[in-house]
Amino acid sequence: MSVTRFRFPYVEMPEVATELRVEVREFLAEQRANGGFVPMADCWASGMSAEFSRKVGQRGWLGMTWDKQYGGHGRSFLERYVVTEEMLAAGAPVMAHWIADRQSGPQIIKNAQPHVRDHIIPRIVAGECFCAIGMSEPNTGSDLASVATKAEKVDGGWKVNGTKLWSTGAHGGDYMITLLRTSPVDTNARHEGLSQFIIDLKSPGVGVRGIADIGGQVHFNETQFEDVFVPDDYVLGKVGGGWKMVVGELALERSGPERFLSSFIVFQEAMKVLVNNPADKTKEVLGQVVAKIKTLRRMSLGIAGLLQEGASPEMEAALVKDMSTNFERELLEKIRSVLPQHALVSLDSLTANLLREGILRVPSSTLRGGTNEVLKGMIARQLGMR
Amino acid sequence: MSETDNIIFDTATRIFDDLSTPEVINAAEQGEWPEALWQAIEESGLTLTWIPEANGGVGASMLDGFAVIKAAGGAALPVPLAETLMAGWLLAKGGLEVGMEPMTVALLSGGDRGDLNWDGSSLSGIALSVPHARNAKSIVVVVDDSGDKSQVLEFALNSLAGGSLEISPHINLAGEPWDTLTFNNAVPTRCADLEDGTDASSAEALGALTRCVQAAGAMSTALELTIEYSMERVQFGRPIAKFQALQHSVAAFAGQVAAINAAADSAAEAVTFANVIDHAAWIEIATAKTRLEEAVNTGAAIAHQVHGAMGFTYEHRLHHLTRRLWSWRDEYGSESVWSVRLGEEVLQWGAEGLWPSITAVSDRR
Repeated sequence: MSVTRFRFPYVEMPEVATELRVEVREFLAEQRANGGFVPMADCWASGMSAEFSRKVGQRGWLGMTWDKQYGGHGRSFLERYVVTEEMLAAGAPVMAHWIADRQSGPQIIKNAQPHVRDHIIPRIVAGECFCAIGMSEPNTGSDLASVATKAEKVDGGWKVNGTKLWSTGAHGGDYMITLLRTSPVDTNARHEGLSQFIIDLKSPGVGVRGIADIGGQVHFNETQFEDVFVPDDYVLGKVGGGWKMVVGELALERSGPERFLSSFIVFQEAMKVLVNNPADKTKEVLGQVVAKIKTLRRMSLGIAGLLQEGASPEMEAALVKDMSTNFERELLEKIRSVLPQHALVSLDSLTANLLREGILRVPSSTLRGGTNEVLKGMIARQLGMR
Repeated sequence: MSETDNIIFDTATRIFDDLSTPEVINAAEQGEWPEALWQAIEESGLTLTWIPEANGGVGASMLDGFAVIKAAGGAALPVPLAETLMAGWLLAKGGLEVGMEPMTVALLSGGDRGDLNWDGSSLSGIALSVPHARNAKSIVVVVDDSGDKSQVLEFALNSLAGGSLEISPHINLAGEPWDTLTFNNAVPTRCADLEDGTDASSAEALGALTRCVQAAGAMSTALELTIEYSMERVQFGRPIAKFQALQHSVAAFAGQVAAINAAADSAAEAVTFANVIDHAAWIEIATAKTRLEEAVNTGAAIAHQVHGAMGFTYEHRLHHLTRRLWSWRDEYGSESVWSVRLGEEVLQWGAEGLWPSITAVSDRR
C-alpha cells in the first residue's frame, strides 16, 4: 500500500530569491543598527510601525506577487517567502502592513470593483495603507458562519450594525475586510447569506476600542459599527458569496512562515547565552529544536511551492499550522529549560525580555487564524473521517 | 521525492504489494527466507538502483532508490533491500563492480556496535546488530586508514581471503535478523580506496537516513491502516472515526507522518544532489534522525490506540510496521545521539550563524 496524502514538494530558491535574501538581510541589519527597530517576539502580530512599513514598501517588498497592472511587483511566491521569513526571523515590526500584504490585498485584487482596487492597492504597495480582518465577533469564534453583524440594503449602499472582535491592528488600520450577514440565517444553509465588505475605518459610526492582552499590550481590537454606511461598490465580489471568499483567505492566512517563526528571535538571542559552556542537555535541546524548525520550514516552503504551482494546499496548510503553532510554545519552553538562572531573571537583557514577551504572546498562536481544534477537524475531514 | 510517473518506484510497489504479504513477513520472522520476493527484486534490477552503469548498475537517480526504500518501509519488506543498496553504493564508491545478491553493512564502531580493528590487511573484533547478516552473501565494512584515504572492504562469506568470520543470530524488536559478527583476522575478499568524501561516518549516516526513509514509508502505511480501521469499526452505533477525540488523535498522527516524510525527503535530496554525504547532507540526516523519534512515538502509539485490542494481536498486520518503527528509531544512532551531534553543530553556528545556516538548504544555487 502506498498512498501519498500530502505533498511538500522540494523547493529550491531561484537565484533572484537568494540575491534578494542578501538585500533583505542588509536592510534589516542596517535598520536594527540604526535604531530603526528593536527586535520583538511575535512581531507580525505585535510590532506596529507605520514608518518601518513605509520603508519596506519603498524597497518594493509589499504586494510583491501582485500583478504589475494593479500596482504590484509581479514577483514570485518564493521571493515573497524570502522577504517574509527574513523579516520574521529578525523580529522586525511588520504588523502594520502584514494583513494587507498577506490576505486583504489579494482579496481586493480578485474581488473588488476596478476603481476601488485602483484606489487601495497602490497605497498598500507603498506601505501607506493598512488593513484589518473583521471575521470574529463576541459570539463568533471558531464557528464563523454564526456571524451576526449585519448589512441592510439602503439606497446606494448598505447600512452596517454590529461588533467585530479580535481584529489585530484595527487601531492603526485604514480598512477592514469585514464578513457580514446580508440575508437572514437559513439553518439548512448556514454558509449562505454572508458577504464581504471593504469598510473604511474612518467612516462615521465606526468605533475602534483596543483590548489589552494578558501582557497588558493592545494589539487587537473590538470594532463597533453603528449605522455605518458602506457604498455599493465597496462590496467584495458577489453579495452572498462571502463564505467561499473567507475560506480562500484563511488558506493564505494559515500557510505562511509566521506560524513557526514568531518565537524564532527569542531563540536567536538566547543563543548568545547558550554558546557559553553548553551542557549535554543544551546540545540535545538545540539539536531537537533545530531539527523541528528545519522540518517545519521544509513543509512551509513546500506550501509556497504549491501556491506557486497554482494549487490550493488547504490540507497541507492546516497540518503545518497545527504543528507549527504547537512548536512555537515548545520552542520557548525548551529554550527556557536550558537558559541559566541569571538569564531568566535578568531585567535588562534583551534575551530575558524577549523570552518574557514570547511567553506572554504564545497562547494566541494556537487560537488565531482557526484554533488547533478546528484545524484538526479540517484535517480529519480531509482524511475522510468526517 | 517524486513518486509519480516513476517506473522504478511503480515496479517496486507492485512487487512489494504482491510478494511482501503478511504471511511472507510472518514466515520470514520464523526464519524462512522469502526467496520468491528476493528473486523478483533481483530480476527487476531494484538492487542496482544506486549503482552507476560503469559499476554494473542501472544508472538511476539516488532519489529513485530512496523512493524504493520508502516503499520497502511501507511494505515492511522482510529482506535486506536497503542494506544491499547501501553496501552496493559503498562498493561503487570504491570503484568496485557490484552484483545483485543480498549484502549488508557492518559499522566499524559507534556506541553499542562493538569495535572492529583493521590492521591494514585483516579485520578483527565484534560487530553488533548487523541487519540481515545471516542472509547476506557478503558483508561490507568501511575503515578509515591513518592517512586521508578510507577503504571499503568486502567479506564474501563463502570466499574469505583468510581468517574467519562467525555469525551468531540475534533479532531486533521487529524480529528481523540483527546478528553479531565476530571477525578473526578476517582478510577481505575485495578491498578498494574510497573516493574522497566517503568514509566510515558516511556508512553510519547513510544507514541513519535509510532508516528515516523506511520509517516515513511505514508511518504512511500505518496511518492508512488506522484511518481505514476507524471507518470500519462500529461502536456506540457509529464508526469510531466519527468521534471527535479520535479524529483529533488521527489528525495529530497525520502531522507526524507529514513531518517525517518531509524531513526524510529533504535528507535524501541533499545526498542525491551531492552524490556523497557532504556536510550539508549530514545536517539534513541529523535533522531527520533527530525528528524521527517523536514521529514514531506519537504515530505508533496512536495507531495502536485506534486499532484497540485487534491491533495488539500477532494476527493483525499492524505490528509489522510498528515494531519496525520502534527498532528503526534506535538503529544507526538514536535521537539522543543525533540530537547532541546536531546541537554541537548548532553551537558552531552561534547566534549570528543560526538563521543563515537554517536557510542554506533551500539556497544551494
